[in-house]
Amino acid sequence: MAKRFSALLQFALVLALGYAIQMAMDAGMINRYYAHVMTVMAIFVVGAVSLNLINGICGQFSLGHAGFMAVGAYTAAIITKNPDLILPAIFTGNVRFILATLLGGMTAAFVGFLVGLPSLRLRGDYLAIVTLGFGEIIRILLLNWDFVGGASGYFGLVRHTNFFAAFLLSIITITIIRNFIQSSHGRACVSIREDEIAAETMGVPTTRYKVIAFVIASFFAGTAGSMMAHLTQMVTPASFTFILSIELLLMVVLGGLGSITGSIGAAIFLTYAAEALRAFRAYRMILYSLLLILIMLFRPKGLLGTQELSYGLLKESFKSLRTRWQRKKNDDITAAAE
Amino acid sequence: MTITQQILQQLINGISLGSVYALMALGYTMVYGIIKLINFAHGEVFMIGAFIGFFSITKLGMDFFPAMFTAMIFCAILGILMERLAYKPLRNAHRVAALMTAVGLSMLFQNLALAHSWIGASAKGFPQVFPLQRFQLMENVNISSDRILTLAIAIFLMIALQFIVHKTIMGKAMRAVSLDKDAARLMGINVDKTISFTFALGSSLAAAAGVLFALNYGIVVYQMGLLPGLKAFVAAVLGGIGIIPGAMVGGLLLGVTESAVSAAGGSMFRDAVAFAALIIMLLVKPTGLFGKNVREKV
Amino acid sequence: MAVLETINLTIRFGGLTAVSKFNISLEEGELVGLIGPNGAGKTTAFNMLTGVYQPSEGTIAFCDAPLCSATKALQPYQITRRGIARTFQNIRLFKELSVLDNVKIAYHQNVKYGLLPAFLHTGRYHAEEVEIEEKAIELLKIFGLDTKKSERAKNLPYGEQRRLEVARALATNPKLLLLDEPAAGMNPQETQQLMELINFIRKQFSLTILLIEHDMALVMGVCERIYVLDYGKIIAHGTPTEIRRNPKVIEAYLGEELVHA
Repeated sequence: MAKRFSALLQFALVLALGYAIQMAMDAGMINRYYAHVMTVMAIFVVGAVSLNLINGICGQFSLGHAGFMAVGAYTAAIITKNPDLILPAIFTGNVRFILATLLGGMTAAFVGFLVGLPSLRLRGDYLAIVTLGFGEIIRILLLNWDFVGGASGYFGLVRHTNFFAAFLLSIITITIIRNFIQSSHGRACVSIREDEIAAETMGVPTTRYKVIAFVIASFFAGTAGSMMAHLTQMVTPASFTFILSIELLLMVVLGGLGSITGSIGAAIFLTYAAEALRAFRAYRMILYSLLLILIMLFRPKGLLGTQELSYGLLKESFKSLRTRWQRKKNDDITAAAE
Repeated sequence: MTITQQILQQLINGISLGSVYALMALGYTMVYGIIKLINFAHGEVFMIGAFIGFFSITKLGMDFFPAMFTAMIFCAILGILMERLAYKPLRNAHRVAALMTAVGLSMLFQNLALAHSWIGASAKGFPQVFPLQRFQLMENVNISSDRILTLAIAIFLMIALQFIVHKTIMGKAMRAVSLDKDAARLMGINVDKTISFTFALGSSLAAAAGVLFALNYGIVVYQMGLLPGLKAFVAAVLGGIGIIPGAMVGGLLLGVTESAVSAAGGSMFRDAVAFAALIIMLLVKPTGLFGKNVREKV
Repeated sequence: MAVLETINLTIRFGGLTAVSKFNISLEEGELVGLIGPNGAGKTTAFNMLTGVYQPSEGTIAFCDAPLCSATKALQPYQITRRGIARTFQNIRLFKELSVLDNVKIAYHQNVKYGLLPAFLHTGRYHAEEVEIEEKAIELLKIFGLDTKKSERAKNLPYGEQRRLEVARALATNPKLLLLDEPAAGMNPQETQQLMELINFIRKQFSLTILLIEHDMALVMGVCERIYVLDYGKIIAHGTPTEIRRNPKVIEAYLGEELVHA
């Protein structure tokens, strides 16, 4: 009981912090450009943490996360732009946006199920190629679908997303995915990453869990897509390309495969870096791909490894630093004495 | 135009396109067969091959065949370097690490091409090296000289590959390594050299495919490797990944299906065909048309 | 009642028949050995029994219910849930995970809470997780691993990794335990301890055990009955004394060593 209470308290405190930042933005204490960048950061946290569930926790390899964001974005945009379509007209304004975001996530999850089931049944790397193909197919279909504007995109969405909305979504995503990982179901997913055959012989239905993880991740990708669409007030086939999938992948790798805190940090850092390096846009992807290759070559578990950043870990590393420093000092003293 | 004529015409178009996929699929399948890695950068090798051919003709004034040969040699070396520098260090790491490196390489090549002042973002016209001729086989059924050339070169290269794989020492080593790496090493086979050779072979075939593709479609552009790469992989899976004749049949099959779909009025869905074929294959027979049931050793 | 009964179990890899007409029958509570020279097909037989490989022919019945027949084959996880657990010849622990988590994963089939309690960490989640943790630690105590519960599995010494694998298999609550060379790589003292442990858990958990082992002295010492496999076929079966005297076995397996002795 105490555990649950403290978890709720923590959740409330974090939300209050997010709300305070939003108020500061509304009062003009944080300029609009920074407010925008911070909102994008929060959305990318959702994307990176959910992708980490597939690539880091489950040990599978998806290359189509942006495709699921596109599915969520278009679904939600269609709902918010057409007051009578899909949802009855009594839902308006932000309520409609929230429901649209949820439906966007659910559509992405359903598509994730359809894409994941045939490829996750098999061992090996079929998921990578199927999701890569899926991302391309989604793009081609959207280009040819006139109802949503074809190549020029779907414009004129109401700007429903503010920092607090994106922040709230990221906190919900982090909490749910973290809770999932700590549960027995999440452990089943990790066991698949560690050794699929052993997992199966320990009674873990591996296909089912791979699909579950994939569907959860697709859901959150879809909601992130909706957030993004209602931030930029438009969505085009070019908004969610393979390049975005690669950026998300780099966030996961940079933060460490399987480390949620790592993904959060990397999502924030890379979004910031992309803004700071705007002048070098042309070379950004070269840098990203080089980074991806080098991290894999020298730290195959991701730059920061699978460990979670926590107060305990900080204390541990501080302690080990101090003992090392002391030992060095002692060595120096003995060396000097000799 | 009768239905029969239309079917024949599409069959011809499809076989010629399919032979390009098949050449590329061979590279995927050989590399997968030997180190169990989907070499995502294979599509970019195809693109680079096409550009080397293009520049050899336009900047160096070479004829078509020397240009294609240059592209093949260049990409063979590129393939070896790629394997040595990027894949070899990860041979014993988690397979996701190797896959991510492959994706990274693919992006790297694509964006280097994009940033290069000779290539850039816009598509360039591939020169019409041979005067285009159309031969009428029967009423309403034509074949162009470029198509004939493509098919002839593809068939020649495939026969050459079969010869290398089945009649040479290196080919024997390749087959041995793909069956059992450790046993092959114990038999005195230089496994590293064999793997490098496989990459060289696969990459040079991709380069040839790239040049032929450019010849047929008349353009070269930095993104040209993405979709053909994806489709060639699907072709490899259709035929049974790791099986060389499977890749050839899979490529032809995919080419013909694609032509048929675009002729039936679904040109918009042409690119979706490969994906649908992949999903269906994974559901029905994941080991591919020629696949044996390979069991993971426990 | 036979706990496990196989009829004409056969598997072919391409042209090679790895195991052919494998017929065994285990009674409840027995400790039976499966021996044979290297490459005889012992592990392949285990892989068929646990659903990792699909047999080409033949049937497996477990507690009189079919696990595998011409028309239907259960997945490995379903077989585990029916009550067959195994260890692996080349240890397959979840290396990066803690000792405790290795065992907890094996309790997976008993978890009753669904995804929603997992997402929200409801009271039900906490109650069941506490129960799993207690059970896992209790089991680790039997194997003397409870003090190492937070260590990563890959950091354990070899002998302890083997023990952890047995503990993990037991956590799935099996009726039948298949042990694939549990004493491989252990020194005589460790082997002795392991055998005592196996005898202990067999009584404690009322298990039937099928054991693959290379250490002849050990098999002869603990098993009540022995099947001998050679080139994929069962060439002999009987009590250790009978096996020791069987000329076919002496020729195929024990060979000259015993003849000279």
